[in-house]
Amino acid sequence: MSNSPLSITRFRIIFIICWLVMVADHIIVLHFFGLPWQAAIIDGAISNSLLLLACILIMHTLRYYLPRGTQYINIFSICLFLTIIWLVLTKLLLKLALEHYSGYSELLQQSLSIRFSISFLLLGCVTMISILWFNQLEQKEFEERKTDAEKLAKEAELFKLRQQLQPHFLFNSLNSINALIGSRPEEARKMVQQLSDFLRGTIKKEEAQWVTLQEELQYLQLYLDIEKVRFGNRLTTEINIDENNFQLKLPALLLQPIVENAIKFGLYDTTGETLIQLYASKEENNLVIKVTNPYDPETSSPKQGAGFGLKSIQRRLYLLFARTDLLNTDAKENIFTTIVKIPQG
Amino acid sequence: MSKIIIIDDEPLARSITKEYLQKHPDLELMQECNDGFEGLKAIQEHQPDLIFLDIQMPKITGFEMLELIEQPPSVIFTTAFDEYAIKAFEAHAIDYLLKPFNQERFDKAIAKWKEQKANSTEKATQELLESASQSPSQNQRIVVKNGSKIKIIPVHDVQYLEAADDYVKIHTSEGYFLKNKTMTHFENTLDKLQFVRSHRSYIVNVQQITRIDPYEKDNHIAILRSGVKVPVSRSGYGKLKEVLGL
Repeated sequence: MSNSPLSITRFRIIFIICWLVMVADHIIVLHFFGLPWQAAIIDGAISNSLLLLACILIMHTLRYYLPRGTQYINIFSICLFLTIIWLVLTKLLLKLALEHYSGYSELLQQSLSIRFSISFLLLGCVTMISILWFNQLEQKEFEERKTDAEKLAKEAELFKLRQQLQPHFLFNSLNSINALIGSRPEEARKMVQQLSDFLRGTIKKEEAQWVTLQEELQYLQLYLDIEKVRFGNRLTTEINIDENNFQLKLPALLLQPIVENAIKFGLYDTTGETLIQLYASKEENNLVIKVTNPYDPETSSPKQGAGFGLKSIQRRLYLLFARTDLLNTDAKENIFTTIVKIPQG
Repeated sequence: MSKIIIIDDEPLARSITKEYLQKHPDLELMQECNDGFEGLKAIQEHQPDLIFLDIQMPKITGFEMLELIEQPPSVIFTTAFDEYAIKAFEAHAIDYLLKPFNQERFDKAIAKWKEQKANSTEKATQELLESASQSPSQNQRIVVKNGSKIKIIPVHDVQYLEAADDYVKIHTSEGYFLKNKTMTHFENTLDKLQFVRSHRSYIVNVQQITRIDPYEKDNHIAILRSGVKVPVSRSGYGKLKEVLGL
């Protein structure tokens, strides 16, 4: 359950000071109207103590019952009702305690309406403040829950995007191994090793883990070696990366899907040899990765090209950096370029 | 002696099929092909009895290649993973080998083919192509044969389609291409939010329409960006209004 504003020391002190000021004010005003100090003090203490109880009561009620929409009329009624009870009780107690002072009964009778309105206003104020307080508290809790839920969903989604193992790739690789077993068993063994290392790489890495470009390139190499066995001479890759950039960081398992996409696009959109080029550089505190592949502008429209498997990469970048401008593509003279920017933390 | 052709873009995938074929001396491998274009040429040249065909290949898929052949030979598909294709195979009882497959499974497929060879499998192949063409990866383009050349038309380049006897004329900015299919085929396979059957003999690309004018008493006429006028029947006008949200 939410905490009452009085659970915070600062608010408790403010509340007590306000109450003491009110008591003092009450006593001074009564004295001003001709009541002896002693009587004024008793009157002030009794009325304000009862009012204090009413205030605490209403705060406590609102802690468990917060009005919604049209229920504010109920709150108004409760305030009114509490004020009336307070007035009746105060009147009763004051009469018992102070009747013997001459002229007190008249003064009490005359001041009833003023006492009522002041108390009603005060109770109303306390009520309003409490409602605002508890509403804000509820809102905060709601926001926290929402953020938690979003975080969980985000993690799950990232996990899924990262784990998206391409069944096509896996089955075709197994088929290649199957073919190699008969003719070139040594190579088959090597490919089993590469495929295992590659698969282990997709499983073991933690989400949101940042790795160096060098580590990611080693992992990429496993993938490229497998693809080269599958496609033979049709696939050539060229990695143009300065060693100075090897220590730049990027989220784990981001590079390989980008290259995989370029390879698929290149291999399936052209019939000849496919050259895939990879560049990486540092520009304005960003790691910029460029991957190029050949394509046929006559058969794949730019729109289709941009969408070619890059959606999940775009989504991952968005989930990681909350930015949509990190992935760009460019199609020029039969060469399709995918450009990814990774902000360096 | 039966003539065989293997069409697959991965050399090792071809070599394993070739290896399994050695157990069948009555089958003669005529040629191995890298892609659909080579496959098409080899089929015309050798008139094979049976082909082993991969689906995902460069430029045109195995299905698209088959669509371009008037009388396709018997086919055993070899594929790794394609849920739409596998559904289509299962529905039409044509054999398929899921990679990786072993000698035993391969022999079974050959036995099944020999058994079925007596009966015509052509109808089954046609039906298969019909249902395979509804997979989302295949409705983005239309593959046609233009003389000896193969033309791949992205669907957004299509202005409209027109019925022409047993063929459909596919009109693009480069002129028209003929495809041996029915209007209903295109009506079913093309994106229904982009292509509307405006008339019994016409399917129009709504993105190409600049305006629709009344024409004679009950009819309308759609004017395309290229200035071409496409007839719109009364029911076609209703469909167009729905798609365009009028």
